[in-house]
Amino acid sequence: MSERHLITGATLPTGERADILLDGGIIAEVGTIADAAGATVFDADGLIALPGLVDLHTHLREPGYEQSETVLTGTQAAAAGGFTAVFAMANTFPVADTAGVVEQETSLGKAAGYATVQPIGAVTVGLKGAELAELGAMARSRANVRVFSDDGFCVSDPLLMRRALEYVKAFDGVIAQHAQEPRLTEGAQMNEGALSGELGLTGWPAVAEESIIARDVLLAEHVGSRLHVCHVSTAGSVEVIRWAKARGIDVTAEVTPHHLLLTEDLVSDYDPRFKVNPPLRRTEDTLALRAALADGTIDIVATDHAPHPVEAKQSEWDAAANGMVGLESALSVVHAAVVETGHMSWADVARVMSQAPARIGRLRGHGEAIAVGAAPELTLYDPAAASVFDLDRLAGRSINSPYLGRSLPGRVVATFHAGYSTLANGVVRDAGEVAALALAVSNG
Amino acid sequence: MHLLGTRDLARDEAINLLDIAEDMAAVQEREVKKLPTLRGKTVVNLFFEDSTRTRISFEAAAKRLSADVINFSAKGSSVSKGESLKDTAQTLQAMGADGVVIRHHASGAPHTLATSGWIDAGVINAGDGTHEHPTQALLDAFTIRRRLHGAASRGRGLDDVRVVIVGDILHSRVARSNVWLLTTLGAEVELVAPPTLVPVDTAAWPATIGYDLDAALAAAPDVVMMLRIQAERMHAAFFPNSREYARTWGLDDARFDRLPGTTMVMHPGPMNRGLEISARAADSPRSTVREQVANGVSVRMAALYLLLSSERGEA
Repeated sequence: MSERHLITGATLPTGERADILLDGGIIAEVGTIADAAGATVFDADGLIALPGLVDLHTHLREPGYEQSETVLTGTQAAAAGGFTAVFAMANTFPVADTAGVVEQETSLGKAAGYATVQPIGAVTVGLKGAELAELGAMARSRANVRVFSDDGFCVSDPLLMRRALEYVKAFDGVIAQHAQEPRLTEGAQMNEGALSGELGLTGWPAVAEESIIARDVLLAEHVGSRLHVCHVSTAGSVEVIRWAKARGIDVTAEVTPHHLLLTEDLVSDYDPRFKVNPPLRRTEDTLALRAALADGTIDIVATDHAPHPVEAKQSEWDAAANGMVGLESALSVVHAAVVETGHMSWADVARVMSQAPARIGRLRGHGEAIAVGAAPELTLYDPAAASVFDLDRLAGRSINSPYLGRSLPGRVVATFHAGYSTLANGVVRDAGEVAALALAVSNG
Repeated sequence: MHLLGTRDLARDEAINLLDIAEDMAAVQEREVKKLPTLRGKTVVNLFFEDSTRTRISFEAAAKRLSADVINFSAKGSSVSKGESLKDTAQTLQAMGADGVVIRHHASGAPHTLATSGWIDAGVINAGDGTHEHPTQALLDAFTIRRRLHGAASRGRGLDDVRVVIVGDILHSRVARSNVWLLTTLGAEVELVAPPTLVPVDTAAWPATIGYDLDAALAAAPDVVMMLRIQAERMHAAFFPNSREYARTWGLDDARFDRLPGTTMVMHPGPMNRGLEISARAADSPRSTVREQVANGVSVRMAALYLLLSSERGEA
C-alpha cells in the first residue's frame, strides 16, 4: 500500500514542464496527465522537480550522540532539505566498524521512514588508523556497505591507505578519505593565512589537504582502485584532482555547500558557528571550487551535516566543536553559490546532488532521472522564494547552522520518498504517519 | 566600552589613554597613592592562565583607584572541573562585576566574553592566546614615550621612532599588539625572527620582516624589544636548540655593545637571561625592564578608569 500523488505543472531539470504521477512504488507517468483518480493532487506550478537528493556525507550521530541528532531527527532534517537518501558517517559510538552497528543504523532508518539511510563503514577499527575494520563483513551485511571512511580523521598511514584501497576492490567499494595531514594540522583552528596570523589562531594549511590528496590519487593509480575525496576545500586540491582525472585515475570528489559559499573572514568575530573542519577558506578557493563543480572536476555536493548541541558552540573559539548542520540549507546554498552565479543549470544540480552521489555510493533506487519506471524519489523546489534563513527552516535536533539570519534564495516545498510524502508545503510530515507508510511499503 | 586589542584603537584614543596614564603616574609619586575614582566598583581579575605579574599589576591598578578587586583564578576553581566560560561569566554577572580583566589561553576569548551577552561588565583583555595583549603594548608605548620626551610626553605620538621587535612573533600576543599600536602612533616597526616563528602571511602587517638581527641592529634603532622564547618551542623544530637561537637571535653582550648609547632595550618579562637577552643588557641603564613594570600599573589604572567611568557616563 503506497500513496498516489499527482504533481501537476512541475518544471523538470531539463526545463520541460510536466505532470508526474507517483503510483505503485514507481514514477508511473510523466507528461500531460489528464486524469488520475484517487490521487492527491499537488500543484507544482513554478516549482522545479528534482530527483530526490542524495547526501554522501551526513553525520546522524546515532548510536552514541543522541543529544545532537538521531537517525529519526537527522532524516527529518533530510526531508526538510529535499533529501531522500543519506549516507551516514561512521563516527558514532560505538563506531560503525562492525556489521552489527551498520545493520542497526539501516534498521533505524527503515523504521523512521523519512529517507534511505545507507551506512558508511569505518576504514579502521575505532577510527584509530591502526588496523583495518571488518570491511568485508560490513559489505556483506544487510547494510550492504560500499563506502568506507574514517571521516573526522585521515587515514594518514600510507601503507594502511594502500591496503584499504586494494581490499575494497573485492566488493566494488570505495574509500572516502578525509584528507588532513595530522602533523601539519596539530591544534589547527582556521585556514592558515593572513587572517589566522592576525587573529592568533593556529593555522590549518591548504598543503595539509593537498598533500594527502596527491598521495592518495597516486596510490589509487598504483593499485587500480577507486578513491573518493571528502569535502575538498582548496583551489590547490582542485588542481591535484583535475590532474589525476586527466591522467585517468579513478577518483571522485565532493564539496560542501558551505565551502562553496562561505569564506574565512566570517571567523573574524570568533563566532563558533563558523568553525568547521576543513575550515572556511579564501574567496579564491570558493571560486575555484565552484568552477570545479561546474566543469566536473568535483563530482558532487555533500553536506557534511554535523549536528552539535548548543553548548558545544557557546564557548571560546578553541573549545568549540567543529561542524555545521547542512541538510536543510543545502539546496538553497547551492542555488546561491552556483546557480544564481551562472555556473550551473538545474540539470547540473540534479547530477551533483542526486545522480552522481548515488552512483559513487552504489546506491540503487536513487539518483534516477525523472521518467516512467524510475524510483518514486522526488523533490519540489521553489526557486523564487527568497527569504531569511531562520530556525523554522531547521528540522533536526541541532541548530548549529551558519546561515541563520542570512538571506538565501529558494525553498524546498515538498519531498517524496518511496512514493509517499515526507515534506509538504515546507512542513515535515508527522513521524507516526511516515513510519506507518514506511512499514506498509516494506511489507509490500 | 571594552579594551580587547590595539588593532582597532585610533591614534587619538591611544594618546588619550597614555596621557591619562601620565596623570596616574603622577599620583604614584605622591605619598598617598590611592584615588577614590572607582569606589564601589567591582573589578574581577579572571585568569584562565597563570600570570602572577599581570594579575598583580591589574590588582594594584584597581586598588589604587579604590575599586573592590576579586581574583578569580581558573586553576583550582570550578573552571578546571569543566565549567564553561559562559557559566563563569554568568556567575560574575550575578555577583555584580562592573569590569572583568580576562587572561585566557584561547585567542578571541575576551571578544567572545564581551560580545556574547552573557555579562554586562566592561572587558579588558589581559592577554588572549596568541592574539593580543593590549595593556602590554600600551605600557610599552608609554615607556618609550617617557624615555624620549620625559615630562613633555603628553599629547605626543611616537612619530618616526624606529623599533625592532625580536623573537617568537608567531606565538606572541605582545608582538601583535605592539605592531598595531606602535605603528598607529607613528613608529616604524621591524620584526626579526627565525622564519619558522613568523606567521606565513604578514603582507598586510604594517611592519617589515627580517631574519638578520645584526643587520637590524646595525641600523641603530631607537628601541630593541626582545621577546621571551617559551620552553615548549624548543622541542617543536622551530629552531635546532637554544644555543643556536641565542647565537643567532639573542641580544648578547657583543650585540648590545655595538648598539648606540641611546637605544633602549625592552623586554615584556619574564626574561630568559642568557637566551634571548644577556644579563648585562637586561641590567644596563638602557634597559627599561623595571620601568615597564612600574608603568604597567599606571597604564592599567588609565584603562580601568576609561572602562568604568565611561560606563557610568552612559548610565
